[in-house]
Amino acid sequence: MAVLNEEQTMLRDMAREWADNEAPVGAFRKMRNAAPAEGYDAAAWSEMGQMGWAGIVVPEEYGGSAFGYLSLGMVLEQLGRNLTASPLASTAAAAAGIALGSSDTAKSAWLPKIAAGELVATLAIDEGPVHDPARIATSVSDGVLTGTKEFVAEGDSAALFVVAATDGLYLVAGDAGVTRSTRKMADARSHAQVRFDGADAEKLGGPELNTKVIDLATAALAAEMLGMAEQAFATTNDYLKTRVQFGQQLSTFQALQHRMARMFTELELMRSAVEGALEAIDAGRSDTDQAVSLAKAIASDTLHLISREMVQLHGGIGMTDEHDAGFYLKRARVCETMWGNAAYHRERFARLNGY
Amino acid sequence: MASAELDAAADPLATFRDEVRTWLAENFPASLRGKDNAMSAVDGPTELSPEDEAWKTAMGEKGWGVPAWPRQYGGGGLDRAQVRVLHEEMARVGAWNPIGGMGVMMFGPTLLESGSEAQKQEHIPAIARGEVRWCQGYSEPGAGSDLASLQMFAEDRGDHYLVNGQKTWTSGGQWADKCFALVRTDKTKKHEGISFLLIDMDAEGVEVKPIRLISGSSPFCETFFTNVRVPKDNLVGREGEGWTIGKRLLQHERSSLSGGGSAARMFAGKPMGALAKEYRGEDDQGRVPDQDLRMRIVRHEMDSRAFALTLRRAALEAKSNQGPSAATSIMKNVGARITQDRAELSIEIMGMNGLGWEGEGFSADELNQTRTWLWGKAVSIYGGSTEIQNNVIAKRILGMLDHQ
Ligand SMILES: Cc1cc2nc3c(=O)[nH]c(=O)nc-3n(C[C@H](O)[C@H](O)[C@H](O)COP(=O)(O)OP(=O)(O)OC[C@H]3O[C@@H](n4cnc5c(N)ncnc54)[C@H](O)[C@@H]3O)c2cc1C
Repeated sequence: MAVLNEEQTMLRDMAREWADNEAPVGAFRKMRNAAPAEGYDAAAWSEMGQMGWAGIVVPEEYGGSAFGYLSLGMVLEQLGRNLTASPLASTAAAAAGIALGSSDTAKSAWLPKIAAGELVATLAIDEGPVHDPARIATSVSDGVLTGTKEFVAEGDSAALFVVAATDGLYLVAGDAGVTRSTRKMADARSHAQVRFDGADAEKLGGPELNTKVIDLATAALAAEMLGMAEQAFATTNDYLKTRVQFGQQLSTFQALQHRMARMFTELELMRSAVEGALEAIDAGRSDTDQAVSLAKAIASDTLHLISREMVQLHGGIGMTDEHDAGFYLKRARVCETMWGNAAYHRERFARLNGY
Repeated sequence: MASAELDAAADPLATFRDEVRTWLAENFPASLRGKDNAMSAVDGPTELSPEDEAWKTAMGEKGWGVPAWPRQYGGGGLDRAQVRVLHEEMARVGAWNPIGGMGVMMFGPTLLESGSEAQKQEHIPAIARGEVRWCQGYSEPGAGSDLASLQMFAEDRGDHYLVNGQKTWTSGGQWADKCFALVRTDKTKKHEGISFLLIDMDAEGVEVKPIRLISGSSPFCETFFTNVRVPKDNLVGREGEGWTIGKRLLQHERSSLSGGGSAARMFAGKPMGALAKEYRGEDDQGRVPDQDLRMRIVRHEMDSRAFALTLRRAALEAKSNQGPSAATSIMKNVGARITQDRAELSIEIMGMNGLGWEGEGFSADELNQTRTWLWGKAVSIYGGSTEIQNNVIAKRILGMLDHQ
């Protein structure tokens, strides 16, 4: 565990308590079954807003707490543990883009609303089924933006879009020229195709800002993945201690003990890599990009391993919709794919290191 | 694979081959060519078109759906070489076997070995014609990997057994006509107290509750038995012999799950390399641009080929009377691993398009791939999990001791 200051410790404990009491996995199941158009539980999101979580990375002068990315990561980790569906990660990433790039007028217009949890914002970057920020066709001319973005997280409900175009990052606020088509995916969260057809856009920055904002979003997602892996592991470990076959608890079988030991080992490495990326962001380190690729590659592989093993080690019950294991497996795959999978980040890591 | 252009004159089976060709030409509806077997759907029975029905009836009457089974019970009575010719000729015209299910895969072969004459007469022809659906009543809530701890009890009531208890994960239980079940007839002995019993699914006291899987479909059930009367004639083998018969059935199940028939289906479909180019494009040298992905596709491809070669070697070794090949013990696990790797790679290649659940924005193939991936997580669990197979390999094949 990263060394936390007093504020961060309080924030983490509060988030953990809230997630366990108010948003257990059963709450996700209810949301999945009810299938609201926005893809999350609006009441839970409003509570998160009241607790100030949407403002964790928003500067204080705009109503945020500016606690930073390690703090945001702590909260997302707790939400990830219970698969809590919320637009927190997307909104925070978009807020960062606005805080870093927009005009003072736009900042004063949007950031306080975001910090108060009144507004869902998101990033709209990719234009195909895999993350590829080098392949962007969306363009801006005369202040209006045109292009189609695929699989935009929280695209169903977002009122504010931070959009990648050929020459950098733009802010699109409002619904004129914006068409959304929902994409129902295995993880039952919100993903949408968003078409911009001559939408008014304000420039936030060039391609460097684009890269930077994607890195923030990636690190935030890795924190959610850390929570998922942690809980998938714990649930499996508990199960092996209760399920009896051959007159013994499954946890007495050495073949399973060693697998759990290996997963535990990987999980520890994952935690270091994810916290390392969040700390690099907070410290403004120049190798943040590497730290983020390291975190996402390891997070993808480890969550993949643990979510697969969760199903396997639960046997038949793990294959049923009644059990939570499938939820972790499905969300894991979507998280792996978002913002570049392990292969993508290994490749990027190699490039960043000059080989 | 044998070429379709075999020289008829040099072929000792030429007459038989001609017979097969003629029969297929007359009976296989051209409109079904290359289609998927509608009856192989995991989600349960589908509506059969008149052509499907006609094809099924023709194959059922001919006995070629179970070509190696004895003629007197409605099988094809063919020898190995003839079966091969039949498969070659069917492949040549894009025909497939419409007769399948657990009756064909595992129950039929077991009954042929262990059933009484009357039981064979009663059950085998109906399986050969594809008329009766069987389900497998083995697993219970407390008896999965440890099958011998099953509790469902069949009490001797003179002319019948009175059956009480619960089975679970019964695949196709809601569509099955009959169930082959392992039941306890003696509570004082573990393995020796188990018997192999045939139960009508529409008998009074049988109740099924479908369970939904992570892939969204409900192909299996919790099955409850309350005071179900089962005639004594439905006992296969002797009372207390069920463990031996039941294990033999599992061997049939594992061999059919791991390769044999399904191997062809496993490797059917688009090669991974082509799929990758379709979704990811190619670099200026015509390669899959993502090197890491490309290497993992290669690994998968090499694994698959080594597996196919192993299947072939095992078949050849078995035929040359050296007895069952040691290689057969690894088949279930390798088959499961390759099936799962293939699905994982496919969805990775497709990216978000490989994770669609329903609705707009995904092709039918893409949605199908999501389900295939999730459903495929079961192949390393059912029919003896990977871990249990490894235990068996370690103990039986490698002679290692139980450490507990
Ligand atoms: C899709 C599907 C269809 C099925 N269809 C049928 C059917 O038609 N009829 C039927 O009777 N059953 C069916 N089954 C049940 C299947 O056979 C069992 O799920 C399987 O035997 C595992 O038992 P379990 O689920 O109780 O898991 P458990 O036995 O509880 O095992 C849980 C985990 O522990 C591992 N484990 C257990 N013991 C050991 C050990 N000694 N050493 C190391 N690891 C161990 C297992 O491998 C598994 O990973 C089906 C299952 C599935 C998923």
